This record gives sequence, structure tokens and C-alpha cells, in this order.
Amino acid sequence: MTGGGITGSGTEPRFNPGDAVTVSARFPTGRRHLRTPFYIRGKTGEVERVCGAYKNPEDLAFGNYDAARVPLYRVRFDQRHVWDDYAGNPADTIDIEIYEHWLEPAATGDPGDAA
Amino acid sequence: MPHDDPHAHDHDHAPIEADGPQGYYQHLAAATRSLLIEKGVFSAGDMRAIIEKIDERSPALGAKIVARAWTDAGFRERLLAEGKKAIEAEMDIDAVAADIVVVENTADVHNVVVCTLCSCYPVFILGRPPDWYKSYAYRSRAVRDPRGVLREFGTEIDPAREVRVHDSTADMRYLVLPMQPEGTEGWPEDKLVEIVTRDTMVGTAEVRAAG
Amino acid sequence: MPDYDNIRQQHDMGGLDKGPVVPSAHEIELWEKQVEAIMRLLSMRKDRIVTVDELRRGIEELPPELYDTIGYYERWIMSLSNILVEKGVLDRAELDARVQELEAAE
Repeated sequence: MTGGGITGSGTEPRFNPGDAVTVSARFPTGRRHLRTPFYIRGKTGEVERVCGAYKNPEDLAFGNYDAARVPLYRVRFDQRHVWDDYAGNPADTIDIEIYEHWLEPAATGDPGDAA
Repeated sequence: MPHDDPHAHDHDHAPIEADGPQGYYQHLAAATRSLLIEKGVFSAGDMRAIIEKIDERSPALGAKIVARAWTDAGFRERLLAEGKKAIEAEMDIDAVAADIVVVENTADVHNVVVCTLCSCYPVFILGRPPDWYKSYAYRSRAVRDPRGVLREFGTEIDPAREVRVHDSTADMRYLVLPMQPEGTEGWPEDKLVEIVTRDTMVGTAEVRAAG
Repeated sequence: MPDYDNIRQQHDMGGLDKGPVVPSAHEIELWEKQVEAIMRLLSMRKDRIVTVDELRRGIEELPPELYDTIGYYERWIMSLSNILVEKGVLDRAELDARVQELEAAE
């Protein structure tokens, strides 16, 4: 619900549309509020667009309203790389909004072949 | 209008309430509300006003946006480029709180929206989400078996078309721009508005030209 | 007590199979609209008392078996009231007492 737009320092996006990125395979425990779905962690996709920079919901969720803004991306994944048993068209895709601190550059020569 | 379903009282959960006596959660809601009003956090009038404001939102707003996009190529382009900006500047729909990503259905791609983590939904342009959108069945399965889920809505997507799911996980809200049905070219906006249903703007149905 | 260390949280259900979708809709009830309104009034203020992220976090911290069995606005009011107590806006004892008064008045 907070406004977007990339403002100030520290929020310059690290990735550009078309970049291959891998979602961090992190599985934090303890009190937490994560907007990176379980099913997409460790998977590789391609940046579809940069959405702007938004306050980190992982902080907002615990009342830290001065949370730092984090670049947010829409990342596109091939469904057959997300699900081993995907039954639809091999061209089917899924787009997911992911904050920058959950993304890493994909290893080269690893286009979408996720663990 | 959208409540023409035989399962009209099927919730996203099992039992409780309906029209019977008030249960624990209703009492908890009433207790929370009355204490916040007594403490002056907000007034009963504030509550009435906000409820009225949300009640005003309905799929009719989204349908107006779609009909405009079908009839005005320039608007369509601006809408796809920057959804919130185009809607606020050109559609006279105020307070679109979230950023809106408009995704366009074509002969090659069909888009469908889900929020697997909660129930994020563009309330400001579509009204409150329907129960099925909030159901665990939809939230769990739409990402992995979108074609199967669409079939449960009576929507069969040609295997040659790409199905693109959007998991609404963060700050964007989504509006599907459905394909304009053949035979409706040249229809005025106010006639087009009538064939655009809520489900076609979430992507679980396609627009059909009624008679 | 919430099971904070359960690695895949209950709400994070993408890819699981929770059965067939029933494309239904029920008419929203007044108390549900009121819960929604409380949340919006608290989150829209300049001095935001509760954000939507906190609401969600509170829902995610409900015991999994409760998350699975109660309805949408029931999850909301559970989370919202817990967070208001956590922040000291409401007192647990006064909230419980008010609920009991309402129950007694039925």
C-alpha cells in the first residue's frame, strides 16, 4: 500500500529486465514474515521488470515503519522448471514479485535449471 | 450479480456463523470495535464512511477500464505501461491505493492471477475478492495446475496458448485485460462494459459476447 | 503457542493440493465489513497503528490448526486483536471482559 518509486540512495536496482536471477534457497526460522513463497526458493528465472523500491515487509510486519526501501522485481519462471511434474504447455510461465535481497545472479550456463 | 451461484453460502472454511447466534469471533470483533471507539482511536462515523467507500468499489470499475482499453488504443498502451497512472489520470477513479500491473490476454497468452500467501486483490478497482479467490484450494493449486483450476471454472485454454500465472506476493495489484470477443468490434463502451465480468479480469474466465 | 520453527509456514501453500475450487461467493456480513473497516482505519492513519504487513504476520502466527479451520475475517480479527494487545493499544483483560459481556448479553 506504500508508494513506489526508486528514491534516495541504497535503492538503485542491482538487476535489469532480462537478467537471469536465482531466488535464494534460504529457509529462515523463528519469528518471521516472508513474501518469497516456499515453492520458488532456489529456482532460476528472468527479471521481467523493476517495480520500484518498497519498504521491506519483513520489517514492516514487526512494526518497524522506518524500514529501508528495497528494490522489487517481477521475475518470470518457466513452469516446467518450477515443478518437476508440470503438466501444462512447456511454454507456460509464472511471474512472481520478489524483493532484491532474495535474488542472486544466476550461475552462468544455468538458464532456468533449478534444483 | 456475482452471487448467482448455487453454493452461495460455501465459505472458504467449514462451519460456524451463517445466520445463527453470534459466535466468539463476532463478539471479539464487536469488543475490539467498541473499545477502539471508546478510546477515541476512531469514531462510529469513521467506520460507516469507510464501509460505504469500500461498498462503492465493484467489478463495474474494472469493466470500465477494460472497455476503454478496447476502444482507445492510446489508453490501452498507457494502461499497460503504467496501470495506476493511466487509471487515475484518465478514468476518474480515485484513490487507487496500490500500483496496478495490467496484463494483457492475447491469442498467444492467457493470464491468471492468484495470491498464494494471503489474498492480495485490487479491491479499489474490482471490489472485495470473491470467496473462491481466498480459498485454500485456489491459493494452493492455481500456481501448479492453472489449466486444471481454470477447467473448474469451465474455462478451457487452448493447449497451444501459454498460460501465465501471476503470484501477487508483494506491492503490485493485478488486472487482467481480457481479449475482446470477435463480433464486438465497434460496440460502444457502455455496451462493452456489460460483457466484462469480474472473473475475466482475474483470468479465470474469458469474455463472451452475450446476444 | 505458534510453531515458529516450522520451516514451511501454514499460509505458504502455493503448489500444495487443497482440493477442488468451488467458484462460489457469499454475501459479506456486516461484522465482516466492520473487521475490514477497523483494519483500514488503523492502517490508513498517518501514525499507522497497524500495517497490512503486521496483520498478515499476525495471521501467520496463528496456530496452524486454527489457521486451517477458521474463516477469512475470523483470521483477521484474531490477528488484529492480538497485535493491538501486543502494541498496548488494547489491554488483554479489558478485551476479554468485553467479549464476556457481549456473550452474556446474548
